[in-house]
Amino acid sequence: MSTLSDVFAAAKAESRAALIGYLPAGFPTVDGSKEYLRSMVEAGCDLVEVGLPFSDPVMDGPTIQAAAEQARSAGFRVRDLFDVVASVADAGGRAVVMTYWNPVLRYGVDAFARDLAAAGGLGIITPDLVPDEAGDWMAASAAYGLDRTFLVAPSSTEERIAMTARASSGFLYATAVMGVTGARDVVSSAAPELVARVREHTALPVGVGLGVRSGAQAAEIAGFADGVIVGSAFVSAVAEGDAAVRALAADLAQGVRSGVAATV
Amino acid sequence: MGQFTPTPHDPDARGHFGPWGGRFVPEALIAAVDELAAEYDKARLDPEFVNEFKRLLRDFAGRPSLLTEAPKFAEHAGTRVWLKREDLNHTGSHKINNVLGQALLTKRMGKKRVIAETGAGQHGVATATACALLGLDCVVYMGEVDTERQALNVARMRLLGAEVIPVKSGSRTLKDAINEALRDWVTNVDETHYLLGTAAGPHPFPLLVRDFHRVIGIEAREQILEKAGRLPDAVVACVGGGSNAIGIFHGFIDDADVRLVGVEPGGSGLDSGSHGATLTAGTPGSLHGAMSYVMQDEDGQITEAHSISAGLDYPGVGPEHSHLKDIGRAEYFPVTDAEAMEAFALLSRTEGIIPAIESSHALAGALKLGPSLGPDGLLVVNLSGRGDKDMDTAVKYFGLADGGQA
Repeated sequence: MSTLSDVFAAAKAESRAALIGYLPAGFPTVDGSKEYLRSMVEAGCDLVEVGLPFSDPVMDGPTIQAAAEQARSAGFRVRDLFDVVASVADAGGRAVVMTYWNPVLRYGVDAFARDLAAAGGLGIITPDLVPDEAGDWMAASAAYGLDRTFLVAPSSTEERIAMTARASSGFLYATAVMGVTGARDVVSSAAPELVARVREHTALPVGVGLGVRSGAQAAEIAGFADGVIVGSAFVSAVAEGDAAVRALAADLAQGVRSGVAATV
Repeated sequence: MGQFTPTPHDPDARGHFGPWGGRFVPEALIAAVDELAAEYDKARLDPEFVNEFKRLLRDFAGRPSLLTEAPKFAEHAGTRVWLKREDLNHTGSHKINNVLGQALLTKRMGKKRVIAETGAGQHGVATATACALLGLDCVVYMGEVDTERQALNVARMRLLGAEVIPVKSGSRTLKDAINEALRDWVTNVDETHYLLGTAAGPHPFPLLVRDFHRVIGIEAREQILEKAGRLPDAVVACVGGGSNAIGIFHGFIDDADVRLVGVEPGGSGLDSGSHGATLTAGTPGSLHGAMSYVMQDEDGQITEAHSISAGLDYPGVGPEHSHLKDIGRAEYFPVTDAEAMEAFALLSRTEGIIPAIESSHALAGALKLGPSLGPDGLLVVNLSGRGDKDMDTAVKYFGLADGGQA
């Protein structure tokens, strides 16, 4: 089985950044999310983040909030998440899960890790779980061979970046701006500085997310980061249908290949 | 013991009360809660801060609040009842204690903008009041449903100079107002303090909100000893997020013979599924930054709370209450909307005090508890707020506009 390190190593071997696309499981329906995620993989996403729609998404802006609500009102259940992950893996894609922590707690941290690994998932991105509170997850991820992606932010101190990097595996998620998810017109000036600070502390690949929506922005971020993370823009593209999703992935895939050669 | 003296009941350095509490927030907010915790650690030991806080409580909020015996109400409870009169504070509830404390902390941190959530509007009005007093910009997030239910409080906040933003996401009530305030905070954290209204959320909020309300219990203990000559058999308070309860409980927490009793909103009854009795019927989970009991479905999706009292309509609860429940130091049970409204009318009629519907839950709890204590028993009930804000609800519930009688 491939691992997250392989994803980034393969991109690096091509002197480019990896493209990471996000879509909530169950959006717009469970079957629909499987199809769109497959399209994202086929059109150039090196890795997909499968979101778990949650009732109280405090890190998300209006686009992803609305998608989560739509998924839940269409009947999404947590067990569907593993189906969606498995369908990505079956299609030859690589998937991690991005989830708020309460649904994992409720499912049982160990059981969640077990079922995610069985479905072919590679790890979990945890937007509201910091390493300080992650004892159970450290143990479960080690037991089932899953990667842990914690987040760092422009407000993180050097000590916290170092600590967060030590707790992470696979890749680190750098939030480009102080804020919530949502497409923005310009790449934050805080992002390159944050990535540079992270690199002082770790050799782990660094993905940059929050606010990316175009190939040009992807190219800019690919100039200093190892992965470009795109979420809200994919959610918006779903409203326009499969061709729009594929076109966005292709544009972004082009972008990560035209960045100033990936650093480090 | 002073209001800010560290106690054996304080959480650990990362905010844990046993397995509860902690910090389940985005990394982007950790620097802000660290800054707040560090500032509070300094402030609680700084006589200048403590004295300024006490001065505002005395000269602005009107403390100490009275302890009033309620003999005619007590006839219905079958035991003696004293009321801690937080309803007499400026702005009409205990909320003023916490907002004055946090507004002073905001100034100490050099921040100029305050954001807050509100359900019924009590905390929003109190926050807008403190911001007007201390010259801070104020933005209050309020679920759209609540802005309609509590239009008068929206007007009060605007009169006090606050901007009120109706929240249209999720269930458009208190929990969504908190989500939106957290989103604002993560975006504007450099210049903004999030003035959380209850003893919940990430560390250090449960600790500092509790400490700002400890004055309630400290006063009540002195007053009951002076007036009744002994400690009460039980202290009774309503629990939504749990700030008034934790404030009065702490005055008596080391008095092992004093029962600490929290009364939860039972809504239409626990069997109906339509309630907010988080401690009685919830399960462990993380919501709004802390581990505590929460109301959730089997997938870990947070469910909506229901109570006739908008101020108790919350699917979470402060982590220290989860701890006190687990270790058996406090006990919690629900009363229904109907029981609370009966107590609301009873206190109004027998004692000439119109209580908040939140506080009416504590009164209904006292009516249930009283008979087991007998005529020599002694209860202190935290009358956390006044009922003026609830008249719309009362008019509808009792049909008062149509000549109805409560």
